[in-house]
Amino acid sequence: MSDFLTQFAPALPEIFVLAMVSLILLIDAAVDDSKRYIAYVLSLATVAGAAFLTVRDLSTMPVLALGGLFIDDPLADVLKLFLYLTVAMVLVYSRDYLRQRGLYKGEFFVLALFALLGMMVMVSASHFLTLYLGLELLSLSLYAMVALQRDSSVATEAAMKYFVLGALASGMLLYGMSMVYGVTGSLALADIAQILADGTDLRIPLVFGVVFIVAGLAFKLGAVPFHMWVPDVYHGAPTAMTLFIGSAPKIAAFAFVVRILGQGLESQVGEWRDMLVILAVLSMAVGNIAAIAQTNLKRMLAYSTISHMGFMLLGILAGSQNGYGSAMFYVLVYALMSLGSFGMILLLSRAGFESDKLEDFKGLNRRSPWLAFVMLLLMFSMAGIPPTVGFYAKLAVLQAVVEIGYVWLAVAAVLLSLIGAFYYLRIVKLMYFDTPHDTTPIAPHYDSQLVMSVNGLAVLALGILPQPLMAVCVYAIGASF
Amino acid sequence: MFGQSILSLVIWVPILAGVAVLATGSDRNAMLARWIALAGALLGFIVAIPLVTGFDTGTSAMQFVEKAEWIPAFNIHYHLGVDGISMPLILLNSFITVLVVIAGWQVIQDNVAQYMAAFLIMSGLINGVFASLDGILFYVFFEGMLIPLYLIVGVWGGPNRVYAAFKFFLYTLLGSLLMLVSMIYLYFQSGGSFDIQTWHTTTLGMTAQTLMFFAFLLAFGVKVPMWPVHTWLPDAHVEAPTGGSVVLAAITLKVGAYGFLRFILPILPDASAEFAWFVIALSLIAVAYIGLVALAQSDMKKLIAYSSIAHMGFVTLGFFMFSPLGVEGGLVQMISHGFVSAALFLCIGVMYDRLHSRQIKDYGGLVNKMPLFAAFFMLFAMANAGLPATSGFVGEFMVIMAATKVNFWFAFVAATTLILGAAYTLWMYKRVVFGEVTNPRVEELTDINAREILLLGMLAVCVLAMGLYPKPFTDVMHVSVVDLLAHVAQSKLP
Repeated sequence: MSDFLTQFAPALPEIFVLAMVSLILLIDAAVDDSKRYIAYVLSLATVAGAAFLTVRDLSTMPVLALGGLFIDDPLADVLKLFLYLTVAMVLVYSRDYLRQRGLYKGEFFVLALFALLGMMVMVSASHFLTLYLGLELLSLSLYAMVALQRDSSVATEAAMKYFVLGALASGMLLYGMSMVYGVTGSLALADIAQILADGTDLRIPLVFGVVFIVAGLAFKLGAVPFHMWVPDVYHGAPTAMTLFIGSAPKIAAFAFVVRILGQGLESQVGEWRDMLVILAVLSMAVGNIAAIAQTNLKRMLAYSTISHMGFMLLGILAGSQNGYGSAMFYVLVYALMSLGSFGMILLLSRAGFESDKLEDFKGLNRRSPWLAFVMLLLMFSMAGIPPTVGFYAKLAVLQAVVEIGYVWLAVAAVLLSLIGAFYYLRIVKLMYFDTPHDTTPIAPHYDSQLVMSVNGLAVLALGILPQPLMAVCVYAIGASF
Repeated sequence: MFGQSILSLVIWVPILAGVAVLATGSDRNAMLARWIALAGALLGFIVAIPLVTGFDTGTSAMQFVEKAEWIPAFNIHYHLGVDGISMPLILLNSFITVLVVIAGWQVIQDNVAQYMAAFLIMSGLINGVFASLDGILFYVFFEGMLIPLYLIVGVWGGPNRVYAAFKFFLYTLLGSLLMLVSMIYLYFQSGGSFDIQTWHTTTLGMTAQTLMFFAFLLAFGVKVPMWPVHTWLPDAHVEAPTGGSVVLAAITLKVGAYGFLRFILPILPDASAEFAWFVIALSLIAVAYIGLVALAQSDMKKLIAYSSIAHMGFVTLGFFMFSPLGVEGGLVQMISHGFVSAALFLCIGVMYDRLHSRQIKDYGGLVNKMPLFAAFFMLFAMANAGLPATSGFVGEFMVIMAATKVNFWFAFVAATTLILGAAYTLWMYKRVVFGEVTNPRVEELTDINAREILLLGMLAVCVLAMGLYPKPFTDVMHVSVVDLLAHVAQSKLP
């Protein structure tokens, strides 16, 4: 009996989250509207508890559990901790926004925690089945979250698009996985890696499988030419949901890609590297150029996400530990910046006013110098200008690309990021050079303002001393491969 | 106690002072912000003085070295040090910062704290550029200074400031990003080091050297700025507030020229020799053609901006003569131009504050109303034209001499600056200061006040001192320059 229980031990944080979600669902059904804060507090407590459990059982080497379906390694632990942090920040940022729009309900918290659970499973999966399970748990929660604002036709449309395209992507992914299964006879990543490293005669089905898997992953990441859903969903979803979609799932998606390509299909790097090169270059080009034409900040940031995911792919396509570590650093930094910038839209919004147009940021420096400064840091960080942390993210990824001899790719990447710098600069221009046309005082809740300050200063502090975060990434990748 | 960390102080004192100024908040505390800024700028200058007094002119090795691990993951160090090339530039920068704070004392009434803080932070970052011995540290400072400068031009600039700020930022970013890729390439070629001095001894093939040469050339050429990538400068200058123009001309242009000496020449000597003709050609075009362009300007700030480009052409020309005389001449010209262009922009600022026009045609007969100002302006105009006994003469003369040794025609074209420079500067001076008073508003002008006399007086002393006795400056540089040229003479081909 005890043997049976101990094999569940590595999955304790996941089990805890699941138990708590069920509890919140029950409690929330029993309380009335004035006590919705219970769900909010319990959700934060859940995240904190999961963080505690993860920290308590930090692993120093990979441990397989549940019959090889589940893996607990330093990479999973580190990414989970960042997931908790991200989700907690999302909850804090969104509270006022949700309350003003009648979305402050148990459903939001339950869905957010289910999404978190899905991401945790993705991060810790060592088997195609668990990977897919985690992905679908995440995706289904996100579809529902986007559609949560029932009376908004834009949000409903966004949810519909998201669902149809997301389901298509999942189908492609499954198709690719089944082909790889056909070639190797296994669904466990370690076995697949072993069998493929020994060589196989079934090249054609294998290559087809890799193509479908990469296409599915590209869909989930939002890489061009599989990016169509990103701007519409980011734009149409209520900002709090955009904040969620734009931050934590990127971290999980990184783990997903690294687990499949870096661990399972490691020996096929020659096959997928060229595909990723094309995806990365197209994403950076389309993302950066299309962002210039946007007048809606959420849409602009959606295109910016596309270009950032392209940049992140540069690290992965290097196919080395150095590259994965760099991509991990990039995605964590991106999540931090994305949280800050969508969080800023939430902070500036109020009942009946979304604050998601570019012109809503006009003259912010006169209305609130501190928030303008935080946004300035975030924008320069997105553009990769030192001394903000965004610069080191780009540096890390670029050096991984140059290391494998793709200097031309690095040159293309920096030239495209130059185009990107334009629209980030434009935000700074609006905030600092223009005069405000809206003089309503900005009075965000003190806790979200505090978190925002910490968020902005973290971008600067990590820019001055990036080593701790970088060391964590290097360690996590090094100890898990 | 701080003997070991003078360079850190030189970098961080202005930056922390800038943060302190920001903390004073809104314009209600404007006076407090001004005084803190002045104290910070003075303190920044004072902590830089030991660099001169403790400097050993007998060695080419880096001095006041500080080295600590910064990002071990990529072997990046917080590595500072100065030699005879960078030390004078740090001092120049710290000095100009004091002037800029004083210059903005009354003129800036809007967002005073942010204005002062932007200049102080930028001053610290620029000191960092000159003191960095690690490639990435250099890059961080080099790029970081774009942020305050972008805000200075964009927030306190003239009517077309937004266009100018974007143009300036994107132009310089383009060059820097290619330089970043080159640096990463060097990192792998040198066996995993971002140390600039290690790069000085790294062997590189000719193709790699050529590609990196043009990447670095673009990065630093845009900053210098060299023809034909100079077009951002007149726009930025015209739209920037006086302090912004002073810092742009006196300091940031020097950052580009400094990059030639710290990166291009010693790291890529073979490509530098191969493509010296290219740089020389661009420099001569800058000297002669831009000189003519300056002649045609009707806006005083634009005129001085073009004259800056022509003068910086001299600097790059001197560097690519590959002789101690040429390089030292270029360096002297850099410092001299720092003083003279700062002074001229301050002079224009003095007039602009009173009449709110930069057009030459709006002035005339100024000497009747502002005799003291006219005298100062005369001195600086002469220095800009390269009159002997002013600092402007020394550098130009050294570079022309060095050029004569290499090729008579280089020297011939370069020497046209003595005519063109005199023509555009003195013609402008004549139209602004002499003649009848035609504009009724000139009648109401008052002469410069004590604050302005202090500003211009300090610069006048520097210009004359350097013109009459330049030896202390060249002594400081000499050993480092000779060592640099020894590096340049050594092929880095594998």
